[in-house]
Amino acid sequence: MIRIAILGFGTVGRGVAEVLSMKRDMIERKIGKYGVVAIADSRSSISGEFSLLEAIAYKEERGRLPYDKTPRELLDEIDFDVLIETTPTDVKTGEPGLSYIKEAIRRDADVITSNKGPLVVAFSEIMEMAERHGVRIGYEATVGGAMPVIKLVSRELAGNRIFRIRGILNGTTNYILSRMEKEGMPYSQILSEAKEMGIAEADPSYDVDGIDAGAKLVIIANTIFNISASLNDVKIKGISGITPEAFRVAGEKGYTIRLIAEADENGRLDVSPRLVKLTNPLAIYGTMNALLVETDLAGEIFVIGKGAGKKETASAIISDLVDMYGRNNRSG
Amino acid sequence: MIVTIVVELDDKPGQLLKVIEPISRMGGNIISIVHDRHRVTPMKKIPVEFVVDIKSDRLERLIELIREAKIQVRSYNEMRLLATESFLLIGHIIHTDLSDTINTIDKTGFAEVVEARITMPKLDEPSTALITISARGKEEMRKAVELLKEVCERKNIMVIEPLNDDLV
Repeated sequence: MIRIAILGFGTVGRGVAEVLSMKRDMIERKIGKYGVVAIADSRSSISGEFSLLEAIAYKEERGRLPYDKTPRELLDEIDFDVLIETTPTDVKTGEPGLSYIKEAIRRDADVITSNKGPLVVAFSEIMEMAERHGVRIGYEATVGGAMPVIKLVSRELAGNRIFRIRGILNGTTNYILSRMEKEGMPYSQILSEAKEMGIAEADPSYDVDGIDAGAKLVIIANTIFNISASLNDVKIKGISGITPEAFRVAGEKGYTIRLIAEADENGRLDVSPRLVKLTNPLAIYGTMNALLVETDLAGEIFVIGKGAGKKETASAIISDLVDMYGRNNRSG
Repeated sequence: MIVTIVVELDDKPGQLLKVIEPISRMGGNIISIVHDRHRVTPMKKIPVEFVVDIKSDRLERLIELIREAKIQVRSYNEMRLLATESFLLIGHIIHTDLSDTINTIDKTGFAEVVEARITMPKLDEPSTALITISARGKEEMRKAVELLKEVCERKNIMVIEPLNDDLV
């Protein structure tokens, strides 16, 4: 049986637990029997034999799990094969996820994470550690939600030389820019509406200043170009200076404006608002994410999908799980 | 200025000279000639594309001369072959001397601002300009863009760059 530990039990962690419970038959046909042996959030936990759905209900009713053991204590006590790490992102320190991930690797467990922080701060360190311990790191969920990105560039496009990638990696900014384009309303007004709708955070700077897109770009670029870039290596410019007039003027020439994250094999790492032809596949609308990969053999590959959300992120995590343990996977 | 001229030539000797000769006479400098035998027209003519650096006031006369030589000019003045990109500037563009910003590019000799559209919003609000730069080649374009960014940074103007090599 595959023993799973889940650290971080917010929206994403609960989303994964829900899918692991609801789709058990389907997933077990692919990877065999599994059980979640422990779940912890920042201050409470549950371990041993328990029902996933009851744990979710408990957390949703009371804002915590039944026991006081912390994630750290839990990691010391339980045996598990794979850690699903979904704690909140901190792109400066990578914590607390980074410590949990390292601890799991030290215990020779595979790791699946949706948390950008640890990979932005310590990508090479984590990968080297994993290699030494012979464990696998799945991080499809850190970039572009359900959209296949990491496995696409590292597996599906294996054998290709990838020249460049360009993408829309942040749904909040794309939503704001799309509405500015369509409705001609000022940035500040759409931002406050987006906050009311829950599309933008109360403190939106992480999204609108381009940091979130930059963090995802670092992860993709490190994966593709085998570099160890960090957030400081990315030239980042946000969207707050953009005016409705700018869209009008751009539109007259057949352009729109989108926040584009770009990385190439020469080491360019850039997140900035760009003029995008209205006919370009990257001229997408709403909260979608997209990625255009330019390769030597496969030509241009374009993926588009929901970049965030409970179910979408769970989809990416389950995909990593099946990828690691799938019975039909030769590498599994 | 740099122009692209597309002519249709008969598939027989001496045709190319009928175009090159007037270009030379008008003081034009040929940057490239693309001769595409795979795109023969229904009239069995071969389209040939010239990229020429020529003084702008001599272009019309050059086209006349080519036509007088009984060569069919399919199109001209489309700057397809060289690097042309549009940029959006947002900020206090007028107050910070737009002509100085444009001159910085024009002065280089290898790039020029071929189009500028400015919108003026309410007083004291930032204005927007879409400027189009043509350069002799990609490398020249890169240098021109660096210059533009430098000037605009000094003037606190936001530059929005295009996604170059756009897919169609």
